[in-house]
Amino acid sequence: MTPTMIRLERVSKRFGAVLAVDEASLEIGRGEFVALLGPSGCGKTTLLRLIAGFEAPDAGTVRLGEDLVAGGAWVPPERRHVGMVFQDYALFPHLTVARNVGYGLPRSGRAVRVAEALDLVGLSRLGDRYPHELSGGQQQRVALARALAPEPAVVLLDEPWSNIDPVLRSSMREELASILRATGVTVLLVTHEQEEAFSLADRVALMRDGAVVQTGAPEEIYYGPATRWAAEFVGAANVLPGRLSEGLVETLVGRFPAPNGDEPGDVEVLVRPELLELAVDPEGEGEVVCREFRGHDVFYRVRLGDGTTVCSQRPSNESIPLGARVALRPHAGRVALFH
Amino acid sequence: MSRSSTSARRAPFLLAAAALAVVGLVCLPLVYLVVRVVDGGAGAWSVLGRGRILELVGNTVLLTGLVTGAALVLGVPLAWLVVRTDLPARRFWAVAAALPLVIPSYVAALALLAAFGPRGFLQQVLEEPFGVERVPEIYGLPGAVLALTISTYPYVYLLAAAALRDLDPALEEASRSLGRSRAETFRRVTLPVLRPSLGAGALLVALYTLSDFGAVSLMQYSSLTRAIFVQYRSLFDRTPAAALSLVLVLLTAIVLVLEHYARGRVRYHRRSPGTVRPPQRLRLGRWRWPAFALCAAVVGFALALPLAVIGYWLERAVSLERGLGDVWGPALNSILASSLAAGAAVAAALPVAILAVRYRAGWTRALERLSYSSNALPGIVIALSLVFFAANYASFAYQTLALLVFAYVVRFLPQAVAASHSALLRVDPRVEEAARGLGKSPRRAFATVTAPLVAPGLLAGAALVFLSTMKELPATLLLAPIGFETLATEVWTATTVAAYSRAALPALLLVLFSAPFVYLLTVRRGPEVDAPG
Repeated sequence: MTPTMIRLERVSKRFGAVLAVDEASLEIGRGEFVALLGPSGCGKTTLLRLIAGFEAPDAGTVRLGEDLVAGGAWVPPERRHVGMVFQDYALFPHLTVARNVGYGLPRSGRAVRVAEALDLVGLSRLGDRYPHELSGGQQQRVALARALAPEPAVVLLDEPWSNIDPVLRSSMREELASILRATGVTVLLVTHEQEEAFSLADRVALMRDGAVVQTGAPEEIYYGPATRWAAEFVGAANVLPGRLSEGLVETLVGRFPAPNGDEPGDVEVLVRPELLELAVDPEGEGEVVCREFRGHDVFYRVRLGDGTTVCSQRPSNESIPLGARVALRPHAGRVALFH
Repeated sequence: MSRSSTSARRAPFLLAAAALAVVGLVCLPLVYLVVRVVDGGAGAWSVLGRGRILELVGNTVLLTGLVTGAALVLGVPLAWLVVRTDLPARRFWAVAAALPLVIPSYVAALALLAAFGPRGFLQQVLEEPFGVERVPEIYGLPGAVLALTISTYPYVYLLAAAALRDLDPALEEASRSLGRSRAETFRRVTLPVLRPSLGAGALLVALYTLSDFGAVSLMQYSSLTRAIFVQYRSLFDRTPAAALSLVLVLLTAIVLVLEHYARGRVRYHRRSPGTVRPPQRLRLGRWRWPAFALCAAVVGFALALPLAVIGYWLERAVSLERGLGDVWGPALNSILASSLAAGAAVAAALPVAILAVRYRAGWTRALERLSYSSNALPGIVIALSLVFFAANYASFAYQTLALLVFAYVVRFLPQAVAASHSALLRVDPRVEEAARGLGKSPRRAFATVTAPLVAPGLLAGAALVFLSTMKELPATLLLAPIGFETLATEVWTATTVAAYSRAALPALLLVLFSAPFVYLLTVRRGPEVDAPG
C-alpha cells in the first residue's frame, strides 16, 4: 500500500440547519486518482473545500501527508500546497495567461516554470492572452497549469467539465486525465456523473447525505454496490427479489452463484441489464413491452408472467421486435445481494 | 414576404429626421462655444493671462483629485465592511451609506457653512460661554472638498459594493490555494478585479466635481466653474468666460479619455451561469465596534449633520419669527420647470433611442453616442453658450422659460436616452410580432403591447430628469427669467449672504425631493441589472 496522502477522519460540517458533511471518512494514497461521486447536494464539494482549507470542519480531522491541517490544528489554505481547479476555473481576469500560471510561484525561476506548465497543457503560444480571449477548454487548461505550476502534492478538481459542451467533454476528459497522470500527482475529482468517475478514476468514493458510503475500484462499485441506493445511482439496475440457499440465489430470471458467507433467506438481487440476455422464444416467460433503440445498443423492458418488469440491454445487431415473447438468460456474472 | 430582420430595416424618414434634429440641437452649445472663442481670437486669452488660466486649471485639478481620492478612501472601505464582513447592523449601513446622495453639493456646502462658518451654529454655541468670535476657516479648498466628498462618495460606495457582491469568491480562494495570504489576495486579486468599478465610480465623482458650481461658489474656491461665473458677471466682454468654458470642457474630455485608456484591454465581467457561492464574511472580532464607529462617523457627518443643521436653522427661523421667505413660489417654479424639462427630455430621447435599439446600424449608434456627449458639458458651460447664442441670434428667447428648459434638456438628455434605451430593450420585437400574428394592426400592437411594456421605464427616466432639474443650479442662475426663483436659487442666494434660516426650508424641500431619486438610483437599479437578459 502506498503511503497515505489525504486522510479524513469522521469529518462533519454544518451550515446553519444543514448538515453538509456528516462524519465522512476517506483515505487517499499518494499518486492515486480518486473520484468523489454523489448526487448534487450530497456534500462532495464541501468535502473538497474542507481539504483545500476554504472551510473549517466542525468535527473530525483532516490530514495531508503526515500533517494535521484541520481539527485540533489549523493550516490556512495558502500553506497546504493543494492545487485546485474550480468549477468555473476562477482565472484572474486582470492577468494574462502566463501571469495567471505564475501567480503561485516564487519570483526566482518563475518564467521557466510557467513555460514548463504551459507546455504541459499545450498552450505555450497563448501566454500573452487574457482569460476572456480563450475558449472554455483553453481556460480549463490554464486553470490546470496554474494549479500544477507550484508542483502541489494534491490536485483537487471540482466538477471541471460541467461548463463544457457535452460533445467535447469526453475528448477533454481524456486529455486532462493524461496530463494529470503524467505528473503523478494525487488527484481528487468531484463529480456527479458516474461515467466520468468510472472512466477516469483508479478508485471511486461514493458519497450520500454527507457521508462516504462506499469506496472501491469502478468495477467493484458497479457490480458490487453495498446498497440498493448505490446500485441504482451508478447505473441502470434490476433489483429482484430472490431466495438464498446453499451458495445459490434463486430469482425470477434464473439462478446465480451467491458470494460466500451470506446467511440463507430472502434477499434482493442486483442484475445489471447488460447481463440479461434475451432470446426470441414463443414459449418464453417474458414479453417485450418497450424497446428503445440507442445506436450502439437497444434497451428493452420485458414483462414477466407475474407482472414484474425487468430491463435488458443488448447490442443493437440482435434486434427483437416489440411484443415478441422472449426467454431470459442471465449471464453468469457477478451479482450483488442486499439483505 | 416579411421583413423579419430588425437590423436590416430602413429607418422611417420622420424618425431619423427627428433624431438628427435632437442630436443637432444638443451639440449646438458646444459648437457655438468653439465658434465664439475662435472669433474672439487671441484677445480672449490675453485678457485672462496665462498665469491666471494655469492657476484656475491647477485649482480645479487639485480639487478634483482630492475629492476623487477622498471618495475612494471613504467609499471602498464602507463597501467592503458592508458586503464582506460581519459588521454590526450591516443591512442598515448598506442603505444609510448611500443616503447622502440626497444632499446636493450646494446643500452640503450650506450645511457646512451653517454649522462651521462665521455666524454658524458652532460659533453661536461657543460664543456666549467662551466668547469665541472666530472659528477655523471653512471657506476655500477644505470646505469645497468636504462638501463635494459628502455628496459624491456614495457613487463609489454603490459601485464598489455592487462589484464586491458580484465578485466570484472562487477567485480569492484560488489565490489562497496558490499560497497567497489573505492580505496579499486582497491586494493582488480583489482590488485589481474591482478596478473597473472603482474607475467608473471615480469617473462619476470627477465629472461631478469638475462640473460642480454650487459648492465651490459657496465655499469661494476659485475653480474653473466659479471663475467662469465671476468672469461672466463682472465684465462686458464675455469672451474670456467662453474661453475658460472651453478649457473646462477640455479638462472633462481628458478625464474621460484617461478613464477609457485606464480600462485597457482587460474585460472583467464574467458572471458564470448558475448560482455563485456567496462570499464568506470575514469575522472582524475586536474590530467590529471600531468598524461600526467608522460607519457611524461617515454617515453621521455626511447625512445626519446636514439634516441636523438644516433642522436647527429651520427651528430658529420659526421660533424667532425671522420669516421663512416665500418658499412656495420658488417650489412651484421648480416643479413647473422640472416637469417641462422631464417631458421634453423624454420626448427628445425617444426618437434617438428607438433608432438605436430598433434600427441597429453604425450611424444610429453613433447618433446615440453623440447624444451622450453633453455628459462632458458642465451645466454652466451649456448655460453660458446659450446666453451668448440667444443674445446674438435669438434675443426674443433670452431669459425665457423656453430657453431655460432647453438648457435642462441638453444637460440631462443622456439620462433620458439611457432610460429610454433600456426601456425599449425590454420589449422583444417578437412580442410585437406575436400581437401582429394574432390579428392586431401595427398601431394596435404598439398601443396594446409595446406602450404598456415601455411606459414604466420612460416614466423612471422622466422622474430622473425631473429630480436632476430640481437640483440644477448654474444654468438656472444664468438663464432663468428675471424674478423666476427656484428652490435651488433660493438656497444659493440665501447662503451667499449667510441668511441660513432663509435657506433652511428650500434646502429641506430639495432633500425631500431627492429621496425618490436615490430610490431610483439604488433600489430600483438592483433588480434591473440582475434581471436575465
